[in-house]
Amino acid sequence: MRWLINFLGSSLGQKTIMSLTGLFLISFLTVHLLGNLSLLLNDEGYTFNTYAYFMTHNPLIKTISYGLYFFIVLHTIQGLYITFKNRMARGANRYAVKAKDNASFSSRNMALLGTLVLAFLFIHMGDFWLRMKLDWLPTVVYEGYAEPMSNLYERVAMQFKNPLIVIAYVIGQIVLGFHLWHGFQSAFQSLGLNHPKYTPFIKGLGKVYSVLVPAGFALIPIVHFLLK
Amino acid sequence: MDLILKVWRQKNNADSGRFEKYKVKANEHMSFLEMMDVLNEDLLAKKEEPIAFEHDCREGICGSCNMVIDGRPHGPNNGTTTCQLHMRFFKDGDTITVEPWRVKAFPVIKDLVVDRSAFDRIIQSGGYISVNTGQAQDANAIPIEKDLAGQAFDAATCIGCGACAAACPNASAMLFTSAKINHLGLLPQGEVEHSKRVQAMVTQMDEEGFGMCSNTGACEVDCPKEISISNIALMNRSYFGSVFGSDKGSK
Repeated sequence: MRWLINFLGSSLGQKTIMSLTGLFLISFLTVHLLGNLSLLLNDEGYTFNTYAYFMTHNPLIKTISYGLYFFIVLHTIQGLYITFKNRMARGANRYAVKAKDNASFSSRNMALLGTLVLAFLFIHMGDFWLRMKLDWLPTVVYEGYAEPMSNLYERVAMQFKNPLIVIAYVIGQIVLGFHLWHGFQSAFQSLGLNHPKYTPFIKGLGKVYSVLVPAGFALIPIVHFLLK
Repeated sequence: MDLILKVWRQKNNADSGRFEKYKVKANEHMSFLEMMDVLNEDLLAKKEEPIAFEHDCREGICGSCNMVIDGRPHGPNNGTTTCQLHMRFFKDGDTITVEPWRVKAFPVIKDLVVDRSAFDRIIQSGGYISVNTGQAQDANAIPIEKDLAGQAFDAATCIGCGACAAACPNASAMLFTSAKINHLGLLPQGEVEHSKRVQAMVTQMDEEGFGMCSNTGACEVDCPKEISISNIALMNRSYFGSVFGSDKGSK
């Protein structure tokens, strides 16, 4: 086991933790978006509520969700630790002139962007997840389901009537987009996956992903605010 | 051309250091180091302490003329060292800020001179081939694929100046370490000890207190030899191989 502890403690091991947890969170975002797009349907929330019911009651998904919470925490703690160590590595004096044009804005500010994403996550989970877990939401009965389920759709629709919340969500997604702009391709580089054959594809995919996925998420509050 | 230079002055490692402003008359044909020489001549004439900076070959291969010029190691141009940077890239009346490498593992000795022995210790930990191979044999005796030879040579162009760690927002030495690992590991003579070498050099790199790479790519932009960060990815692959693919440490 000593070898594994040594590996996880090494700089490359810590980068590996960052990239693997990051990639897991990226795959989660895709699933989360696909499910949430049902909020745009005009069915009074039937699809979304039954989807949320499935996601919170299916044993396999429940298990994965515990993994998700763990990976969010691990990605955060590991990221903050790396940032702290990296600041130490610079030494007491920082550069008087800051270079800008040798690295992208996103790549230079991953820790800041990540912290903002975390802050958004707290707001977001407090708004919906926590209330659902604590059974604070009104319930609704659908045919074919034995028990009444939380009407999460109702809560979403209510929240997104508030322009301040809509703006906060849109800003949250812009920040997420910048975090992904660097994070997506960086995860592959850290895992040693850099090759002239597929790296241009990964970089391209990362850019498309970091624009489309946050835009998809941002679309939900905007559509709810303007059209519903 | 008349320039204003803001130069970092620091008596020794214990001194806290500060910027001093100097006026210097240069012409556009001078290299940056020649301009610094002119400034030092002026300082000597005024019986002031000249600015300490490292320099040796003045043709871009020794890796000693290390200074951060306006926030960029080796100045604003890509693919050149400070000695290859000419004053024609600056404008009359410019204010230029000159700082030493700011990396904790490279303590400042004096003014712009830093101690880069952390790099030497990384090399000493495994950046060599320990088998005595005798006389140099005929160059064509071991056939090596052209692409591989090219890749190894690209890594071998590293002059160990430390610009990668200086440019890195995390003060990481991974571009240097990976170049030094790969220029040996890609060739048959170095491949034998590759796994052991990767382990030893990465461990030493961590011990020296360099930061962790976050793939900003600033190192490859400021590397005077334009060494690619694909070397870092290759080092990572090799490191994973040496951890998960070798039976060392399994007992």
